[in-house]
Amino acid sequence: MPRLTPLNAAHKKLGGRLVDFAGWELPVQYAGLIAEHEAVRTKAGLFDVSHMGEVEFKGPGALEAANRLITNDLARIADGQAIYSGLLNPEGGFVDDIVAYRFSPEHIFICVNAANREKDFAWMKSNAKGVTPVDRSDDFAQIAVQGPSAFGLVQKLCRKDLAPIGTYRFTTGQVAGVECIISRTGYTGEDGFELYCPPNQAEALWFALLDKGQADGVVPAGLGARDSLRTEMKYALYGNDIDDTHTPLEAGLGWIVKLDKPEFIGKDVLVKQKAAGVTRKLVGFELTEPGVPRAHYAILKDGQKVGEVTSGTMGPTVKKAIGIGYVPTALAAEGSTFHVDIRGRPVAAKVVKTPFHVRG
Amino acid sequence: MANGEYPKDLKYTKDHEWAKKGGATIQVGVTWHAQDALGSVVYVELPKVGTEVKAGAQFGVIESTKAVSELYAPLSGKVAKVNDAVVANPALVNEAPYAGGWLIEIEPASAAEWDALLDVDTYVKSLG
Repeated sequence: MPRLTPLNAAHKKLGGRLVDFAGWELPVQYAGLIAEHEAVRTKAGLFDVSHMGEVEFKGPGALEAANRLITNDLARIADGQAIYSGLLNPEGGFVDDIVAYRFSPEHIFICVNAANREKDFAWMKSNAKGVTPVDRSDDFAQIAVQGPSAFGLVQKLCRKDLAPIGTYRFTTGQVAGVECIISRTGYTGEDGFELYCPPNQAEALWFALLDKGQADGVVPAGLGARDSLRTEMKYALYGNDIDDTHTPLEAGLGWIVKLDKPEFIGKDVLVKQKAAGVTRKLVGFELTEPGVPRAHYAILKDGQKVGEVTSGTMGPTVKKAIGIGYVPTALAAEGSTFHVDIRGRPVAAKVVKTPFHVRG
Repeated sequence: MANGEYPKDLKYTKDHEWAKKGGATIQVGVTWHAQDALGSVVYVELPKVGTEVKAGAQFGVIESTKAVSELYAPLSGKVAKVNDAVVANPALVNEAPYAGGWLIEIEPASAAEWDALLDVDTYVKSLG
């Protein structure tokens, strides 16, 4: 039996088509993927991301303990800021990709992928020094409000002035009377918030956002739109584009790796890899012939398999067949061409600049 | 209870294709249920005119934003016509699965296969 989020009844009430995702029953869509995708690009969409996990480091040395586990640097940001980061194994591969919130040097809050909740927590617990992390996953539901109307909508329901809460900043406060961590983050490429709230108040918050947003065209959106939106931004999805066998440098995520940090798990491998240069790179490409690239399709050069597609779709906003995949470094430059094996048919593709979608 | 529309004058397959008699050829498409389950259709791959298709065998591919599905021929014969409009605008499958969203026309090899297709009541019942 899949686990249910606190919004399960709400999804059923709203006609969401429920599927099993990473062991959770969640809506893949409500009215339709493309309509939800477009609503997020032009108005706003609400996503139930309560399945995500949360881990907390608290007490003296919390920042140092968390910082030793992640590639990005909590010492470089201020209290009230968050950072996207890798959590790596000693070989430099991803255990997960996470967002770390710095409440204070003695309070770090980490959001992890649903599929990796148990694995990440066990990893952090066995590798943390000085501070014992606490799994807070069951204490938080999470609603993502994403799109150009998202800021105005959340502000309407919140007495606190949210204007100072810029991208990758957060605060705490009441939204629709529900105490939340209000985080200016997301996974769609649009402006918006991710609201962490007590599970027993998630439904009240969800419907308050929907009611207040209805006039502005705010809609509930499912996992399908979440995936097509993030693909258009070339945001990595753990398990598809990044995993324990690929490093952040190969994934084009060098910006989340701070090699001048004194220490973090995986650093030695990355230092060497950076000096030697990576042999494969995660690129964004579009098909120049009809077809749709999908995860696991082979990437071919001169008839030989040289890489693999990790994500792909027909981008609803960019209106092109787009894909993400690992290719040898020699084929990674913009304009490089190769073929994607679609059911035995080699379909021409070329590397393009990413994100595929640029916010207008 | 099955949602959607299922015209009475069509025949159906358990793979969610429909077939419609029109003169010498049989028009083929996917049912309302199929397009609903697929979601937004973004790509359709169809055989060339003249291709031989076999009842129950794959004749093409239909892709939604999320998934890839195979298309199965309701009956055997030769492809007489291909809907180029649906290849150019795959959303027609969602908008009008029984009209503008038709896929191919087959010149049937035998009359018996038509009779073996499901009638509307049997098909709708199979949707549960």
